Amino acid sequence: MHIPDGYLSPVTCAVLYAAAAPFWAIALNRVKRLLNTRLVPLLSVFAAFSFVIMMFNIPLPGGTTGHAVGVGIATIVLGPWGSMLAISVALLIQALFFGDGGITAFGANCFNMAIVGSLVAALVYRVVANRAEITSTRRVIAAALAGYAAINAAAFCASIEFGLQPLLFHDASGAPLYAPYPLSIAIPAMMIGHLTFAGLAELITAGGVVAYLQRSDPSLLKLTAPDAPNSEIAEKTGWFSTKPLWIGLAALMILTPLGLLAAGTAWGEWSAQDFANPSVREQIAAASHNQAPPSAPPEGLEKLAAVWTAPMPDYAPAFIGSQEFGYILSAMFGAGLIILVFLLIGWIVRKQSITEKNAPPESEII
Amino acid sequence: MNPVSNQIIKSSSPRKKRSGSFVERTLSNLVRKTERALFAEELAQTDGFLQRLDPRVKIIGLLMLIVDTTLARNFFTIFFIFAVALLLAFMSNIPIKTLAARAWLSALTFTGTIAVPVIFITPGDAVFRLPLLGWTIIAQGLTSAGYLISRVETTVTLSLLLILCTLWTQVLKGLRVLRVPVVFVVILGMTYRYIFVMLETAQNMFEARQARLIGKLDGSESRRIAAGSIGVLLTKSFQLNSEIYLAMQSRGFRGEVYSLDDFTMNKNDWLAFFAFLLIAVLAFWFGRQNSLESLLNFNF
Repeated sequence: MHIPDGYLSPVTCAVLYAAAAPFWAIALNRVKRLLNTRLVPLLSVFAAFSFVIMMFNIPLPGGTTGHAVGVGIATIVLGPWGSMLAISVALLIQALFFGDGGITAFGANCFNMAIVGSLVAALVYRVVANRAEITSTRRVIAAALAGYAAINAAAFCASIEFGLQPLLFHDASGAPLYAPYPLSIAIPAMMIGHLTFAGLAELITAGGVVAYLQRSDPSLLKLTAPDAPNSEIAEKTGWFSTKPLWIGLAALMILTPLGLLAAGTAWGEWSAQDFANPSVREQIAAASHNQAPPSAPPEGLEKLAAVWTAPMPDYAPAFIGSQEFGYILSAMFGAGLIILVFLLIGWIVRKQSITEKNAPPESEII
Repeated sequence: MNPVSNQIIKSSSPRKKRSGSFVERTLSNLVRKTERALFAEELAQTDGFLQRLDPRVKIIGLLMLIVDTTLARNFFTIFFIFAVALLLAFMSNIPIKTLAARAWLSALTFTGTIAVPVIFITPGDAVFRLPLLGWTIIAQGLTSAGYLISRVETTVTLSLLLILCTLWTQVLKGLRVLRVPVVFVVILGMTYRYIFVMLETAQNMFEARQARLIGKLDGSESRRIAAGSIGVLLTKSFQLNSEIYLAMQSRGFRGEVYSLDDFTMNKNDWLAFFAFLLIAVLAFWFGRQNSLESLLNFNF
């Protein structure tokens, strides 16, 4: 993720320095107003902290390890503006004294990781955690998601910066002068790595550290969540904190008959019989830029249509007269099935982890 | 160079244990960082051309060359700057082995891996077809990979020269010349100092953990330990912060920061400055020429 010198054109670097500058200025002003004379020691110590945790190997599922930037946890503890400055200083020290990340690309690295990363992390953490209690599980999930989203947003910015290079800068023969891959390659190449491994390192760091702080020093989490209610018992919140989600789900179920208001069938979701029905044929043509559908249903569609017949065709079981009620019933049935499957998975996973814990650990066998 | 401290650093480095648990790997990462910084500090105190220069000249000069390298639109200029960097390294008694190990090899493995597919997928004129795989090498792809690798190698060498030949305190003072605000320079300086405090704290934590470990850790347990260590470090840094703040206050800190600019430019510094300027202007001008390519560029 630390872009070295030579990958981005000087113009791109200058633009990103210019883009980062106002954020630094705002951040410095805000943090200064808050901290006054405490600014210098606090930022120094936190930049040092960010620098050191970038060296940590975070164990990932599957036995490999990865590195985290720490932008998620820095944002949760310091807020987006403090985190922005601390990570920028850590990145500058890496570039100037340790040669990690370029000097001309420093603006780009700060823009991606420190600025975009902190803002995205703050947004996700605030939205997901909302006003959950400091010690609630929901805050752990919010932190993990914030770290994951932040690092992926940063990677996305970097991939766009890379992808623009061959488009904008090439020599007379058409050979790219800087990062050579177009957007169509740069974006998937960066994102696949970050959505899977690199993102996980950040997810584990942010979520794990928040879980640790909840047990050992919840006051540190209070700094960016002053409106969160106090609670001493962590277990109490687990189910209740998801209450708004359940209400939302119920509201969505009741609203499902709204689907009946839409005219015609969804584009591309035609059944084999629709091709024979003249009124449906008209609808298909109208929705497809007046392109007439084939006279007979495609052969594959006809063959496969017979393989599976739904227990509730068109969202209404045959024995129910009211279509609206059929919709609601289908929604309840579908959502219930999904919840049941997840409860089952949760039960199996829990059971497995219990049996693993009961088995003597390897270290004791020796 | 101080042979005693060198020995200590070498003997305490668990670098060879790459395949160990995450605790070992993190430990070796932490040690390597400290080791590198100490090594740079030692080199910066030896005698050599760059070491003797005024830090302002050094920073501005090397920065100009780095920018020139990224601006260049032909190989001739990039190779010219690389040659200048090599000459500077030679004049400053920087062992080529250090440059190769810390800059060239790692940059080549990383950027080289990224650059390989470019040779085959860039749209352009075919030059050669690989017999077994049937992939076609594209002229523009080769040029592009060449640009990327040569640029990265040159800039990495230049920034390593800056790191290895300048004491960090001098880099900080030099930054003042580049109009970096004093507050930032002070924060940078304090951060650099506390990085070593934190590195040592983290190292102690992991060593203590390592000493109590027998056998292998499973995934979830090691993740818990990793997150826990970061959490402990975070709590410690909050404590450290308030202690430092109190210490600063008791010594009269009221929010203003001052720095002592006691650099003096002598004749040699001015000479070196103009030499850097001349090279940078020349490289800038040559770097803009596309026509040079037909003459001195690789013609694929």
